[in-house]
Amino acid sequence: MSRETIINILLALLLLAIPFSASAMGEQFYVTLATRITILALAAVGLNIALGLGGLVSFGHAAFFGLGGYAAGILATHTFNAEPLLFGLQGTTSMPVIWSVAILVCGLVALPIGAISLRTTGVYFIMITLAFAQMIYYFAISWPAYGGEDGLSIYVRNGFPGMNTAQSLTYFLICYVVLMAALGLFWLLRGSRFGAALQAARQNATRLSAVGIAPFNIRLVAFAISAMVTGLAGALFADLNRFVSPSMLSWHMSGELIVLIILGGKGRLFGPVAGAMLYVLFEFALGGFTERWQFFLGLILLGVVLFARGGLLGLLAGEARHG
Amino acid sequence: MAELVLEIRDLKKTFGALKATDGVSLDLKPGEIHALIGPNGAGKSTLIHQISGSLRPDSGSIRFLGQDMAGLDMAARGRLGLGRSFQISSLAQEFSALRNVMLAVQARQGTSFRFLRPVMSDKSLTEPAMAMLERVGLAGRAYVPAAELSHGERRQLEIAIALALGSKAFLFDEPMAGMGPDGSKALTKFLDGLRHEAPILLVEHDMDAVFALADRISVLVYGRVIATGTVDEIRNDPEVRRAYLGEAA
Repeated sequence: MSRETIINILLALLLLAIPFSASAMGEQFYVTLATRITILALAAVGLNIALGLGGLVSFGHAAFFGLGGYAAGILATHTFNAEPLLFGLQGTTSMPVIWSVAILVCGLVALPIGAISLRTTGVYFIMITLAFAQMIYYFAISWPAYGGEDGLSIYVRNGFPGMNTAQSLTYFLICYVVLMAALGLFWLLRGSRFGAALQAARQNATRLSAVGIAPFNIRLVAFAISAMVTGLAGALFADLNRFVSPSMLSWHMSGELIVLIILGGKGRLFGPVAGAMLYVLFEFALGGFTERWQFFLGLILLGVVLFARGGLLGLLAGEARHG
Repeated sequence: MAELVLEIRDLKKTFGALKATDGVSLDLKPGEIHALIGPNGAGKSTLIHQISGSLRPDSGSIRFLGQDMAGLDMAARGRLGLGRSFQISSLAQEFSALRNVMLAVQARQGTSFRFLRPVMSDKSLTEPAMAMLERVGLAGRAYVPAAELSHGERRQLEIAIALALGSKAFLFDEPMAGMGPDGSKALTKFLDGLRHEAPILLVEHDMDAVFALADRISVLVYGRVIATGTVDEIRNDPEVRRAYLGEAA
């Protein structure tokens, strides 16, 4: 077993242990904190497909995070108010249905955004993805039907067949299983033919073209898959807070996801998990000292970028090797 | 003319006032090595870029296996069997030599939209890739990242990739550059055998290699082909001697 595998297993166990011990001690707050870590990690696993494997620095993934959140919020609101959605379709409070809708919507929105953004590279790509996300953000703010600037409350957490999602430990476990499934997907993708082409597109797009594989198509599909995973995380996040607001769509959120990946180690399987743990830890620990905790987070990020390019996993497990 | 593998007619490309390619016509016949020589700045690389599809010519035509290449991008030309090595080697630097070749095998097999099966345990990818590395003498370095290979080894790797593509013609842009004398000699011998697999358009500065290998030589000066002929014809062509070989011959 490689050192990285051992570290990954330890991280997975640690994340599982926190809420269980907290729950045993009756500290519900820490269960919620661990759930927050899990969901942020899931969102970052999504971004890691585009950014880590494909080198596509999307500064607009909050769009998908927020769309996933609004999918949950809107479907639940319609059920609660007993109002049909479009075309007589009913809302739902069933998580599996909500997740499917969130994933589908994000995939469908990501395709045109990706098709336009991927015509550019580098800083232009970053700016275009940001612009699309801001468009959706301002749309959400100015659309009063679903709360506009005030956001949308979900009065009762949506349900999962056979589970009591209102219990925080149960909800953590649901999120944890989804995160593990997404990590499995990331691992499969990375090792597959598609992953080989995607990583080659990051390392040298000319080489990929010269062997006859068009980088654009590969990147577009990766962007869509990436958006779908992040969208699923958004749906879970909405249910965690029982609240959706335009802030989920804002560029701060996009930046936060990038920060998670850089902290943890980009392109690494457990990079987003390590990053989310660190981020929430800083937010919590530094936030206890000072309201200006983000200043210190900035310093830490600076240190990581200057001295530990591979993030926490790079520091602990050494440089990534590609077989 | 169907037997020509590559048929370039009256190709023109200008950058501002510079005529980088000025009415070039050039053929590649089956089984031959056609060397393209010329002083620095003669437009050799510009020509290779237009053939491979990374630059668009202003006018003129390029036909490959009878098919017009206009409007096809680099990836499409690669799929048709135009194998290219780069003057400045172009590899997926983090991938091992083996994975670089596997990418070509994967491209040749068709779709890259397979998401689940791990490539490293897929023998239909690893075995042909390893066989190609053996052919170019890189099998012992299969698991070394491309970034850590020596200059000469990267050249060999580029050729292994072109081989793995099952290319129907090779465009090699200075494959000997940066190689030691032993490396050049070994590569010369290798290319000598390769021409039977697919014809080679060879841009090269190493005149020993060119004279040893080429069936025909074209001399490019200021974007124009000033002479095409056998090794002896080129050696004895007065215009070529004046324009290019002058100081060396």
